[in-house]
Amino acid sequence: MTESARDGEYDDWLDSIESDDGYYLECSNGHGWLPPRRVCPRCHDQELSAVDLPESGEIASHTTITVPTPQFEDDAPYVTAIADFGPVSVTGLVRDVDPDDVAIGDVVGIDVGERVTTGDRAVVFRPR
Amino acid sequence: MSDPRIAGASVTHFGKHPERTGRDLFAEAGLEALSQSGIDPDDAEALYYGNFMGELAEHQGHQGPLMAEAIGLDVPATRVEAACASAGTAVREAVKTIRNGEAEVVVVGGAERMTNIGTAAATDALAIAADDLYEVRAGMTFPGAYALMARSYFDQYGGSHEDLAHIAVKNHEHALVNEHAQIQQEITVEDAMEAPTIADPLGLYDSCPITDGAAAAVLTTEAYAEEHDLDAPVAITGTGQGGDNLALQDRPHLAQTPAADKAAEEAYGDAGVGPDDVDFAEVHDCFTIAEVLAIESLGFYERGEGIAAARNGETTRDGDLPINLSGGLKAKGHPVGATGVAQLATVAWLLDGSHPRADAVPDSTVGVAHNAGGTVASTTVHVMEVQE
Ligand SMILES: [Zn+2]
Repeated sequence: MTESARDGEYDDWLDSIESDDGYYLECSNGHGWLPPRRVCPRCHDQELSAVDLPESGEIASHTTITVPTPQFEDDAPYVTAIADFGPVSVTGLVRDVDPDDVAIGDVVGIDVGERVTTGDRAVVFRPR
Repeated sequence: MSDPRIAGASVTHFGKHPERTGRDLFAEAGLEALSQSGIDPDDAEALYYGNFMGELAEHQGHQGPLMAEAIGLDVPATRVEAACASAGTAVREAVKTIRNGEAEVVVVGGAERMTNIGTAAATDALAIAADDLYEVRAGMTFPGAYALMARSYFDQYGGSHEDLAHIAVKNHEHALVNEHAQIQQEITVEDAMEAPTIADPLGLYDSCPITDGAAAAVLTTEAYAEEHDLDAPVAITGTGQGGDNLALQDRPHLAQTPAADKAAEEAYGDAGVGPDDVDFAEVHDCFTIAEVLAIESLGFYERGEGIAAARNGETTRDGDLPINLSGGLKAKGHPVGATGVAQLATVAWLLDGSHPRADAVPDSTVGVAHNAGGTVASTTVHVMEVQE
């Protein structure tokens, strides 16, 4: 793995998840986003504030990927899901559960894990 | 304001041509389209060219002038990139240029070379149409993204993988007479159901193949066509384009494509037609579920009802509203940056009666092309009509 520059607010956000201090950005009208964002794309509000990410979310959709990109070659098969945390949704890898047992509506917590193939950090969901 | 006429169009064979360079693929399509048009190439005033992954597949950026040169033109040349909607977006630019009166003859096209880098690298290249930070790093692939949409659709509206299999069977059947198609092979629902899974619930037969190919068309004004006595009976009467959040996670609905709703509304309004006036459509079925989402966004079906259309025989070639008579991306193939212009060519040929599946839509007057990028964060819709 080559050293590369951090991706600013994205890596800061991963750090926050890693230290159980996860957050998202919310506009005055309650629309939630992940950083970096300077403006709400839905209502154009620029007053975005950091709000604590709920401890658990619900799986909105999921798929078990058997044909990966080279960066996930040794991870496959793996489950990628979108989890709904209220005003914001997050995409991550579902771990610690048999892929066949993952279902829409499952309650999951969010964490940061390592990708098998590259060792890079990734958002990980685990059943709660 | 003049609705551009399609004076000529051409597509290369879509398939595995790993040793053919992008510039050679485009030269074949572009020169043939110019020849078909009967227009003196010296009259061409601009090129709009779609290409998505040239940097990754051929280590080639700055493709506009390269492709103009490849077809023997010295004109302002602009490459348009909107993932899989690159060529549809190029068509829209060409339409606007002609309508604005800035040019009388414009060449529009696209090309993609993909199989030379192999399936793994092509999968990687296609994935960059998604949000790199928040999707690709969480393992999202192009099929994976559509799998998330398919599962969400089943959850919200019902339907099953077997319904999707009927779409694959239909589009394979449609392509049997299309000599440009990558796959000319009849399949059964059982074949599609038993094929290996790529990203569940989607399997191999839910997915378009990886394709090399090019397409081009020559557009001109009605006045130029009349003055030069061109055989150009089909006009682009409506154009629309819509956008959406790039990442699926940021959208309120995973099983709807509002970018296509917006593009369709604009294109219908522009043409002064509605979904009920449309005789047939070529839609962006990069995955079977994408055809379902497309025909709902185009207003042919209510939300949740498009899933049964192929199974019920409504969108087959003997149905009321044939969809993807070319075989679609599924069977015709999907050289990403060429697809939108290949759709345009197909609709024109179906309307003028020269397409091998034109017998399915005799006396048709209105056709639609729907071209989508990524997980439909970009969409163009074009309405085409036979004039006179
Ligand atoms: Zn807002």
